[in-house]
Amino acid sequence: MPAPVQHYDEMNLPAGAGRGVREHYRHVVDWLAGMPPERVAEKRREADLLFHRVGITFAVYGDEAGAERLIPFDTIPRIIPLAEWEMLAKGLKQRVTALNRFLHDIYHGQEILKAGVIPPEQVLTNEAYQVSMIGLELPNRVYSQISGIDLIRHEDGGYYVLEDNLRTPSGVSYMLENRKMMMRLFPELFATQSVLPVEHYPGLLLDTLRAAAPHEMREPTVVVLTPGQYNSAYFEHAFLAQQMGVELVEGADLFVKDGHVYMRTTGGRQRVDVIYRRVDDAYLDPLAFRPDSFLGVPGLLSVYRAGNVSLANALGTGVADDKSTYPYVPDMIRFYLSEEPILKNVPTWQLKKPDDLAQVMDNLAKLVVKEVQGSGGYGMLIGPTSTKKEVEAFRARILANPANYIAQPTLSLSTCPTFVEQGIAPRHIDLRPFVLSGKDVKFVPGGLTRVALKEGSLVVNSSQGGGTKDTWVVE
Amino acid sequence: MLSRVADRIFWMSRQMERAENMARILGVTSNLVLFGTKDAQQQKTLLAPLSITETDTAFFENHKKLTLPALLDFMALDEKNPSSIYSCLKWARENAHAVRWQITSEMWETLNATWLELKGFKRKDIVGADATRFFDWVKDRSHLFRGVTYGTIVRGEAFNFSRLGTFLERADNTARILDVKYHILLPRVEDVGGALDYYQWAALLRSVSAFETYRTLYRDQIFPIKVAELLLLERKMPRSLAACFDQVKEALDRIDGKQDKGAKRLAGELHVRLTHADIEEIFQSGLHEYLEQCLDNIGELGNRIQRAYLGTI
Repeated sequence: MPAPVQHYDEMNLPAGAGRGVREHYRHVVDWLAGMPPERVAEKRREADLLFHRVGITFAVYGDEAGAERLIPFDTIPRIIPLAEWEMLAKGLKQRVTALNRFLHDIYHGQEILKAGVIPPEQVLTNEAYQVSMIGLELPNRVYSQISGIDLIRHEDGGYYVLEDNLRTPSGVSYMLENRKMMMRLFPELFATQSVLPVEHYPGLLLDTLRAAAPHEMREPTVVVLTPGQYNSAYFEHAFLAQQMGVELVEGADLFVKDGHVYMRTTGGRQRVDVIYRRVDDAYLDPLAFRPDSFLGVPGLLSVYRAGNVSLANALGTGVADDKSTYPYVPDMIRFYLSEEPILKNVPTWQLKKPDDLAQVMDNLAKLVVKEVQGSGGYGMLIGPTSTKKEVEAFRARILANPANYIAQPTLSLSTCPTFVEQGIAPRHIDLRPFVLSGKDVKFVPGGLTRVALKEGSLVVNSSQGGGTKDTWVVE
Repeated sequence: MLSRVADRIFWMSRQMERAENMARILGVTSNLVLFGTKDAQQQKTLLAPLSITETDTAFFENHKKLTLPALLDFMALDEKNPSSIYSCLKWARENAHAVRWQITSEMWETLNATWLELKGFKRKDIVGADATRFFDWVKDRSHLFRGVTYGTIVRGEAFNFSRLGTFLERADNTARILDVKYHILLPRVEDVGGALDYYQWAALLRSVSAFETYRTLYRDQIFPIKVAELLLLERKMPRSLAACFDQVKEALDRIDGKQDKGAKRLAGELHVRLTHADIEEIFQSGLHEYLEQCLDNIGELGNRIQRAYLGTI
């Protein structure tokens, strides 16, 4: 199996550069070395138990109804030196700012299309493009209040953006719970070095959501809208609502009357100003979108368009995080900000282009192919780790509808030492920082580190057997 | 509090209380059947739980003969019977799951564990030799849930609605249990006051954990009128209608009620009526009729609560 040969090891220096570990991991390595294996095993069991008791679980699509799985938590942290994080933070801010500018532009003057930077059909015929958003003025001109930007570190040591998530990115609750768990299990680790805190995320999120209120108001009523208890991310919805001290509502709790959105409470109706919705665009309003949706609120779109309620994220952000739009993001940064992109894109072939398609068809077994609208690690091909039969089956799917796919070189995700059955072994990881855009751009240092627990696997998604690690930014 | 959340909490509590009362009703039935030697009398005894829960039609749709195992199967374990113990425990847990962030983790864990333990019982044991152990287990789980709720939940709307659900359901069930006696009326006047009559009243008292209470409070033989007084009007007796309405009224009074739709007024009226009722008068005009009236009122109060606080505006 021709797996990528080289990859960047987050902890250990390469063999050629002398033995040893990278400076920022020294503390953890010493601590690991000094800990007897029984104690490690005991602590890992304790973590499992605590996660189960708190109910931090993840419902998996296709499993027996309501089945809940624990996301494996690995106790060896992923560490990022502060200087590196500062570079990433600058790049993230730049990228998300440009993406928000882009979203405002395509629903207004469409300057970027007129300038020929992006082909108009790429935007206007995209199924995530919402005609109903045209001309709508949003508070602070922010469309994606909460963005999850997936980063990987390549064998060259550089970070690359793998994809942008501007719809309803999830995972931040694991970031917070992982930190809580680490501090509880290994307080001694935090005493000896300064790990930048992440616990204030819910506060920042609430600030961001309040900043999205339709008018200047002292205390806008914010709610979290969930599809309900059977949704895979229900734990996170409930967790964030509780942490922010706001109501967790379902579609049926809300109704539209006299141009406003209200929630039904035991004390009567109460007006709602900002909806942090964890429901997809198509399900938000059965009158405007899918009529069979029970998850949404009839009439919501009309209130939204009248500027009497805010949605976070806005409708129609999907056009900017679509995998077929992704190749244009560096150009967006240059176009709107007149800056060079700080974070690199992964080279991408767009299979709707005949030349790109031909090249990809010749090298399919070496590449990664993704559906432009896919997410969660579903509907993708990883050439090098697939059988010949799988590759050929996928080839047929691509040829049936090339525009639905993009291809990228198989990236060598960096590895981080991880507890596995045989002991400690390197496993591939990525990083999802959460970027909050309100009156300005904010984040907590780090993000969610996902780890592919299967040896050699590059798929870190929790729906595909991935785990998580606590992510440290250290001074 | 969101109406949906209040609704879930209200029904979660009602369903646990209903499961307990079902266990009580079935327990007393299993017991009474032992005394009914004559076939006709036995059939009456077995029919009583179905009549008072208004599930006789549903039962005979799927069963030809009314036997004790068939009755227990239907009322304890039938998934299609919405009042069966199985359904009550299932829905109590479902409701708790939907609002597990608005209740305490101990409450959720209690209902979840109850549901998981239920699966450890075997059907043939429950409808057979182990029936009593099963009913005791149901009662224990209900006691545990109430204790956990009382011991952990914040004294706010969640607590109010939980209490409202528990005691409204209990009032309903006590009225129904007392009405059992009407349905198994002895066929001949000379049997009234006889040994069988005594056992029936004693079993009924035991079913609501009131046998010792009766002895303590009345220090007397068991007389029907006193049993009725104890279960209807004696507020020291925690399952009596009067005691239940003390709780219902207090819980409702604490609920922020800008749009009450007459719920508080009706609860107040019923509370006052139970406070000043006279058991002699009730007996003169007919206990069964009085109980039917009570059940109607409780049903109407439930509807008003639903409309005012829990449903759509």
